[in-house]
Amino acid sequence: MNLKLKSRVLDAEGIKRTIQRIAHEIIEKNQGVKDLVVIGIRLRGAFLAERVADSLKAIEGKKVPVGALDITLYRDDLTEVAEQPLVHSTEIDFDITGKKIILVDDVLYTGRTVRCALDELIDFGRPANIQLAVLIDRGHRELPIRPDFVGKNIPTAKNESVEVRLKETDDSEEVVILVEKQGREE
Amino acid sequence: MKKGSVKWTRKDLLGIEELSPEEIRMVLEAAAKFREVLTRSIPKVPTLRGRTIANLFCEPSTRTRSSFELAAKRLSADTLSIAASSSSFLKGETLKDTARNIEAMKVDMIIMRHTCAGAPHFLSRCVDASVVNAGDGAHEHPTQALLDVFTLEETIGKLKGAKVSIIGDISHSRVARSNIWALTKLGAEVTVCGPKTLLPAEIEKMGVRVTTDITEAVKGADALNVLRIQLERQNRNLFPSIREYVRYYGINTELLGKYARKKIVIMHPGPINRGVELSQDVADSEFSVVLDQVTNGVAIRMAVLFLLLSKGKQSGE
Repeated sequence: MNLKLKSRVLDAEGIKRTIQRIAHEIIEKNQGVKDLVVIGIRLRGAFLAERVADSLKAIEGKKVPVGALDITLYRDDLTEVAEQPLVHSTEIDFDITGKKIILVDDVLYTGRTVRCALDELIDFGRPANIQLAVLIDRGHRELPIRPDFVGKNIPTAKNESVEVRLKETDDSEEVVILVEKQGREE
Repeated sequence: MKKGSVKWTRKDLLGIEELSPEEIRMVLEAAAKFREVLTRSIPKVPTLRGRTIANLFCEPSTRTRSSFELAAKRLSADTLSIAASSSSFLKGETLKDTARNIEAMKVDMIIMRHTCAGAPHFLSRCVDASVVNAGDGAHEHPTQALLDVFTLEETIGKLKGAKVSIIGDISHSRVARSNIWALTKLGAEVTVCGPKTLLPAEIEKMGVRVTTDITEAVKGADALNVLRIQLERQNRNLFPSIREYVRYYGINTELLGKYARKKIVIMHPGPINRGVELSQDVADSEFSVVLDQVTNGVAIRMAVLFLLLSKGKQSGE
């Protein structure tokens, strides 16, 4: 599939401000950071989770536990993915029972990834609640899942794709919308 | 999708000989992740839900069979076990018929142990289901070798340049053969050691050093993989007596104290004949990683089942 850049919706500074705002909202809603833990969905959600936790610390002065979740083993489309899925490790080295989990991902789309993450989290223990924070909500949900904290709502068409690029794993730091190239002269 | 990711394309795991170093790495890397799964409070993931795996064991086995079965259960697959002693083999059904009947019950994978070398290879040509070799005659035992190299890397680090000696009955050992393939492919220097009668002719062509002197095998080695002496072979006069074997090739504290490195690793595929190939105290010593091998075996087998069964439908791309 040939993709070309349609628009750039957030730059590095924009991502930073958005994360800070989400951190403020989390604190407001939970009246502090007591019993909070932040868990990111690999790959990019895990990096965002670290950043959210750093922001929480900058505001409240207390570092909350951070974990990373790999949902490969919980996917419902294992047999349909053409490529060999790579399993990354899940790292949650604290007990989540009774905790308020902030689940972080980069882009919320169909909601299937989040469903996998919820299944997996429940296998780790019984949290008090799970709240969902996403950098981008691009719509097109296929499951009854909604975010509690949204960085930016971006209405998209299905032939578009939203890419979050983070300096921890990509060459740049930005959020872009890509669209399928039309025509075949190229 | 992502650059640099190798793809697993095999339907079956029949041996280590045909695997590339990258494929071996893929299994080891996946196994590391599954080891983490095994430490969770619910050590089970839904990955292979709805898949069915048959264990077809035409030779006795406790460790390997339960390890495969547990690996399948940890991945939420359904399993069924068929032991030769209780099956229609005794009624004269051929292997091919048995396998095709199993497959007709919509089984996705057959894990097979057989006394004849090549039996799983034959089976893999008869059925569409994935076939995993759990030991065929004196040929290969791939998952054992994978769990051995996994355990070794965990204990001594990367295998490139590591010195590993395999000691005992090399001739009749599928563990030895699979281990030699796996170790040499990952860059380890392998020595095989045993009485001449238990060393196959031209074994050095597999790229290993050969010696009949146990002190040579122990000196400088990072790890010893000690094979089981199959006591039942003793009547075939391959060595004069068990006592003589113990005296010349048994691994004991005195031998290790004299010749071995301080941090040597002792492995054994089990079941151990205590007091024969390993002395009592060595078997229970801090050097022994025998029980880690067993734990890692489940993770390795989970990795193998996962890679083979999640390979994806071969869509026309």
